[in-house]
Amino acid sequence: MTDITSLSLFELIKNIKEKKISSNEAAKSFVDRSEKSKKLNAYVTENFENCLKLSKEFDNKPNFDLKLPGIPIAVKDLFCTNDVRTTAGSNILNNFVPSYESTVTQNIWNEGGILLGKLNCDEFAMGSSNETSFFGNVQNPIAKDLVPGGSSGGSSSALAASLTPVTIGTDTGGSIRQPASFTGTVGLKPTYGSCSRYGIVAFASSLDQAGPMSKDVKDSSILLEVISSFDKKDSTSIDFKRNNYSSELTRNIKGIKIGIPKEYRVDGMPDEIEKLWKKGIEYAKDCGAEIIDISLPHTSYALPTYYIVAPAEASSNLARYDGVKYGLRSSGESLIDMYEKTRSEGFGEEVKRRIMIGTYVLSSGYYDAYYLKAQKVRQLIKQDFDQAYNKVDAILTPSTPSSAFKIGEKSNDPVSMYLNDIFTVPVNLAGLPGISIPAGTDKNNYPLGLQIIGKPFDEQTVLNIAYSMEEKINYKNNITNWWME
Amino acid sequence: MDGIMSKNNSEYLIERNDNIYEVVIGLEVHAQVTSNSKLFSPSSTKFGAEPNTQVSLVDAAFPGMLPVINEYCVKQAIKTGIGLKAKINNKSVFDRKNYFYADLPQGYQISQYKYPIVGEGNVILDMPEGQKQVGIERLHLEQDAGKSIHDVDPSNTLVDLNRSGVALMEIVSKPDLRSPDEVNAYIKKLRSIMRYLGTCDGNMQEGSLRADVNVSVRIKGSTDLGTRCEIKNVNSIKFMQMAIIFEANRQVDLIEEGEEIDQETRLFDTKKNETRSMRSKEDAHDYRYFPDPDLLPLEVTDELINQVKSEIPELPDDKKKRFIDEFKVSPYEATILVSDIDTAKYFEEVVAKMGKNRDMKLAVNWITGELFAVLNNKNIEIAKSPISAKNLAKLINLIKNGTISGKIAKTIFELMLDGDMDPQIIVEEKGLKQESDPKALEALIDKIINDNREKAIEYKQGKEKLFGFFVGQAMKASAGRANPQLINEILKKKL
Repeated sequence: MTDITSLSLFELIKNIKEKKISSNEAAKSFVDRSEKSKKLNAYVTENFENCLKLSKEFDNKPNFDLKLPGIPIAVKDLFCTNDVRTTAGSNILNNFVPSYESTVTQNIWNEGGILLGKLNCDEFAMGSSNETSFFGNVQNPIAKDLVPGGSSGGSSSALAASLTPVTIGTDTGGSIRQPASFTGTVGLKPTYGSCSRYGIVAFASSLDQAGPMSKDVKDSSILLEVISSFDKKDSTSIDFKRNNYSSELTRNIKGIKIGIPKEYRVDGMPDEIEKLWKKGIEYAKDCGAEIIDISLPHTSYALPTYYIVAPAEASSNLARYDGVKYGLRSSGESLIDMYEKTRSEGFGEEVKRRIMIGTYVLSSGYYDAYYLKAQKVRQLIKQDFDQAYNKVDAILTPSTPSSAFKIGEKSNDPVSMYLNDIFTVPVNLAGLPGISIPAGTDKNNYPLGLQIIGKPFDEQTVLNIAYSMEEKINYKNNITNWWME
Repeated sequence: MDGIMSKNNSEYLIERNDNIYEVVIGLEVHAQVTSNSKLFSPSSTKFGAEPNTQVSLVDAAFPGMLPVINEYCVKQAIKTGIGLKAKINNKSVFDRKNYFYADLPQGYQISQYKYPIVGEGNVILDMPEGQKQVGIERLHLEQDAGKSIHDVDPSNTLVDLNRSGVALMEIVSKPDLRSPDEVNAYIKKLRSIMRYLGTCDGNMQEGSLRADVNVSVRIKGSTDLGTRCEIKNVNSIKFMQMAIIFEANRQVDLIEEGEEIDQETRLFDTKKNETRSMRSKEDAHDYRYFPDPDLLPLEVTDELINQVKSEIPELPDDKKKRFIDEFKVSPYEATILVSDIDTAKYFEEVVAKMGKNRDMKLAVNWITGELFAVLNNKNIEIAKSPISAKNLAKLINLIKNGTISGKIAKTIFELMLDGDMDPQIIVEEKGLKQESDPKALEALIDKIINDNREKAIEYKQGKEKLFGFFVGQAMKASAGRANPQLINEILKKKL
């Protein structure tokens, strides 16, 4: 019999429903492999024992009508989980155990999913390499000392290494799609308002969005169906009719119009990315899509806009971590002294940098020049997409301007690190759905991803295009289990 | 001459070295919205609960918690806006006001900055010299903070988050107030309107109504505004007035000494009766306001505004007009009767129960006289009056139809206080019915004249003030029950 951990979610569900595999067997396999994979440092908090216990309970009283019947799933440590430590990759929440559950994870447990553990991530999801986590670097299973991307780096690593059948991440500026691209996996950021933000440790509220990460497109469609819901507890959650994404998934995309934005051909972009994109266009044509050149004229302003809006919101969102109510408290001579020591010791460098940027751009005298201007540009970026969608159904771009880099290679150069998000941030700023699918490799055999961006609430088209292209691309990740030696 | 001049009752002027200054006052009133739950969470707002028992995860700003607007509070703000004759904005925005403090769990207060829910309006004050209109700049919704308690534990500050997240309306006036008396009238009028509307209970002891007071001074007649100081968080009208008087005089002194007034935030020390600098303009917080990304802009439809309008009760100004027209009470009496919704209700009930042959003068006098005195003495609100409107109306009718005299009525009133007794029953049980039988009274008076022959002669010889003596004797002999009018008539005839 094949290795359970190598199965896709779809196959695993099928096997469990056909009683060929029990939930407990599945849990054991993933726990076992996770135990042997500590070198990856993908987990912050393991929930193995409890997972095994709950899987047995499921087997004793199985319910095969559920969408995730007894499926063990590890999630990014940005989702608050009842009674299970939730750190957001930060020292300041090192010992924080929520008494509540995020809506997205609750949706998973309601459909039969079982928590396997909490996965490493950049501190408060601020980073593109998982190097800002208080709990250390995460290894990319593709090759030693390679970053798994970020901020959902623990998620991408665990997924690519088959420590979990699927996972969920959060994406503020590319934090699902970029790590998916770096690890040869699929990552989907849904339309803003599709998945509830309730119970997700906030980074930048107007940009944060949870989404599925999986080994193939079908699995993402299954997971999206589970996690996307209208939630009154999140005022920005949107009440729209959600598809049955997995059952409506189709490879029939004949005549669909796909736009190619010329502005994504950025200076200094490696040849191999350019080649990958061209190959992607050919694949899309092979699937029956019509390719149309489009323009998104404000693209070059997206990154600076993002690095004003996101830190501004973060500087305010992170004010609650002050040592007064929960989390780390350092002792101080006075209230101010306590604040300063707690936040100095509790936050890492990147978080502090963004709080400083955010505080600066919101300061009186600078607000108009930075924050207000950025909001205006954000509207222009949105309009770019609106206009493009008069002509096309979706947009195809590379996911990242390069493949995964070495740990430490960019950690002292924040600007070069920020450039990683150049193709993903416009999608967040416009609140659109976007998926990254593996589409090839670079000269080192490191995976490269292509991004498909859709119209608001049109995840189905995004998934359908990805599903079709996936078949043509026929990408296979080459995981050698090097970390187990 | 140095001192405080006053041309009429409510004007407040300060004279120094032949310069006459007037004081310019604007108020930012923080009124707690009457609502069972908080502005962005379902926690209870009940006053006086054990510390930290009315705190949700949202109020304590736990990670991942999100605010959800309480629609009832929005309606209450709209209602108040309509009561202030103000423009209701179809679109308003919640902003974050960022600052660190131990009793501010989020590290920011959710408030409204550039786009408040309610725009310009006005309030009419009834001053002794006539009506005065005070402009309202805006009204916006915001969260209250928690409470820091510094005096319970010697080495720690304790924090109570029960109040954290409670809905407040900040009502900002234009700088239209000119004296402590006007401030008194303004706060009372504002409170009255909100109590009519049921949008704020106006209870200053419980902190439901507090104000930041902006004070500046200028030479009377000048149209420029002087540099203002803001006195933070004053929680009684008396303290507001004391603070204004101190602050205005301090500013005048500075100007007279040729010094500049610093724009600053000050605190009023109620024990020392002085204001003290809290922070200067240079040290002012930079609150880094920006729209709260957790909340969508607040959209209020015309339909909702109209619905709320249809729920608005008769407000004090209209009620006053109606009382004057319908009940023929004086404007002064009407002002008193409508100032508090419960007083107005009580009055109207008395009027209704008095029936056809009603006597408004008696009703007004008994309510604002005897009843108010008792309520004041016992510190009871009129809504909980020990004498019901029904029984007070009966008492007034007994006077009106001559069953009892005004004097006996006062005795009966005292007896009624114990358990809201029916005055009719008291009259019957105690035999207090007025003696109006002329024959019986004549017999009584004959006896008194007989017993006091010498005095009767003196009276006839011109000592007219002895008339009162005979009246007194007659009342005494009848245990106060004799009809005074008849006594007068009979005495005049007999003497």
